[in-house]
Amino acid sequence: MKESRTQRWLVGGPPLAYLLVFFAIPTLIMVVASFRYAGEYDGLAPLLIEEEAGQRTLDLTLESYRLFFSDTLYVELFLKSFGYALITTLACLVIAYPLALLIARSPTRVRDLLVLLVILPFWSNFLIRVYAWMIILGPESAFMRVMNSGLAVFGLEPIELLNTPFAVLVGLVYVHLPFMVLPLYANLEKHDSSLLDAAQDLGANAWRRFWRVTFPLSLPGVYAGATLVFIPAFGIFAIPDILGGTNGIMIGNVIKQQFLDTRDWPFGSVLSMILTAVAIAIAGGAAWYARRSRL
Amino acid sequence: MALLEIKNVSRRFGSFLAVDDVSLSISAGEFFCLLGPSGCGKTTLLRMVAGFDRPDAGAVWIDGADVTALAPEQRNVHTVFQSYALFPHMSVFDNITFPLRMSNVAKADIQARVAEALEDVRLTGKEKRYPNELSGGQRQRVAVARALVNRPKILLLDEPLAALDAKLKEQMQLELITLQKEVDITFIYVTHDQQEALALSHRVAVMNNGRIEQLDEPSRIYGFPRNRFVADFIGQCNLLEARVVATADGVGNLDLAGIGTVRQRQEDGMSAGGQGVLALRPEKITIGHSAPAEDGWNHFRGKVFDFLYFGDVTIYVVEMENGQRIEAMLPNSAPGRAKFFEPGDAVEVSWRPDAGSFLLD
Repeated sequence: MKESRTQRWLVGGPPLAYLLVFFAIPTLIMVVASFRYAGEYDGLAPLLIEEEAGQRTLDLTLESYRLFFSDTLYVELFLKSFGYALITTLACLVIAYPLALLIARSPTRVRDLLVLLVILPFWSNFLIRVYAWMIILGPESAFMRVMNSGLAVFGLEPIELLNTPFAVLVGLVYVHLPFMVLPLYANLEKHDSSLLDAAQDLGANAWRRFWRVTFPLSLPGVYAGATLVFIPAFGIFAIPDILGGTNGIMIGNVIKQQFLDTRDWPFGSVLSMILTAVAIAIAGGAAWYARRSRL
Repeated sequence: MALLEIKNVSRRFGSFLAVDDVSLSISAGEFFCLLGPSGCGKTTLLRMVAGFDRPDAGAVWIDGADVTALAPEQRNVHTVFQSYALFPHMSVFDNITFPLRMSNVAKADIQARVAEALEDVRLTGKEKRYPNELSGGQRQRVAVARALVNRPKILLLDEPLAALDAKLKEQMQLELITLQKEVDITFIYVTHDQQEALALSHRVAVMNNGRIEQLDEPSRIYGFPRNRFVADFIGQCNLLEARVVATADGVGNLDLAGIGTVRQRQEDGMSAGGQGVLALRPEKITIGHSAPAEDGWNHFRGKVFDFLYFGDVTIYVVEMENGQRIEAMLPNSAPGRAKFFEPGDAVEVSWRPDAGSFLLD
């Protein structure tokens, strides 16, 4: 049955309207804001100014973009955040893949339980879980004390993990892991086991069966998971705020600072726009690559 | 010496005995069929030859070596799977080179070997296609080419034609026969389609409940079924409950329940008092308006109950006076006639004393 035009709009209209109001319009406001002047005390300067009586013009500038490129600090922060997001993505992939494979190849009942365990952390608040890591990695935690006394046995100096880039990465990997596990599992679960039988029958050992059959066929899941992990990790601010101290700062922290502390909204908007553009480029690139490789 | 020897193999899944003490030996170059209804153990037996399953008891020997404990990748046996199991992310070329790469064949040889394999299955020129761009028949050919490319000792085929339509199936059957002769590799073919088994193979093992009921050439399986199951499973067959009344001069008198006494060629184990079944193929039974003139034929009166018109032949279901039904097959090749009888027609059913087989229970 072919649905009528009205039916299609009834179904598609509300979500479309929602996206328009809460995503497209705010994004547009940010785009415009990135070209505006900062307000005298905070926020934004008026968009329209009256130069002569009755004649209003748009008051726009490229000043904030110039600021971004005038100091390597911001580009470096972008690169650093990119690096953190990349490491997070790879670490999540390495941890999530065996887990997803294990779940996908478990009997149905065990499988449901394991999936439940993967999504269980979502039942508690994100910030609470990150604060928990602050305690675990803090100098007084049982974990750190055991580790440092272990190091002392070998005559090594005690180390601190909290307020280091390492702590930020631990937090990033921990928080984003389910977003890698779930798409990978969804992909691996659909694999036709007769393909593995065929590969084995034709002489492939377990290692080759994985790299020649399972892994290439799971690439759509890898791309989906990588996109779901990389993009939020790239722009995150809460985790470096809580676990990173001054060394672990990421671009998301600077954006937050511009809006809430420095109150330079145009510059905050510029950073946001660049972040969004990079994220879109990466997601688009992954989608393009996935399609090109016939997956 | 036999190429494949299955020695007293049993396989149990929980309380279900899938394969029950099966022994058979298959020689090099043979086209062998394992035939039986689903659940008869034929696929389990095949998987144990391929190495995907291990017997609980017994051994599998290939080419004089015990391979029971070897993994599938260590056996020189390849399988054509029912679903074809082509690698969807690889082109036809890459699919076919897969086993060559796995056995580290020199790169220089690969091209020629693939070309040869594609020629074997008449798919030359399709190297760059992907499985989802091929028709069912073409996929099947790729699966065969992939399994044959590095010349295994034995090729196992697990209902490879089940997914094809009738016409294509027949064409593929002919091609498989030709191919098997060309490559001279032992084929072991699993199917539940008795016609396919009869058409393809040199020998057929009919399986039921994990055991081999009969192992013989197709014509003997069809013509001389050894027991009730084989007679019933292979082709159409009238199975009439029978008791031996007396035997004399190579002819036995059988009392067919509710029909009457018939003459039947004496076979081994047929002696007065024996209880069993008379298996009569429909094509061995004739029906007519009057009894045949020949001496010694068995004949009874009946009434046409219904018929199945197949084009080349018609099967008439004749109801005997006591309600027992017998199927008789008449060729439609007589000139000028399309149909001989209508339901309700009174007919004479007759057959020669050597037309059927008496199967002692």
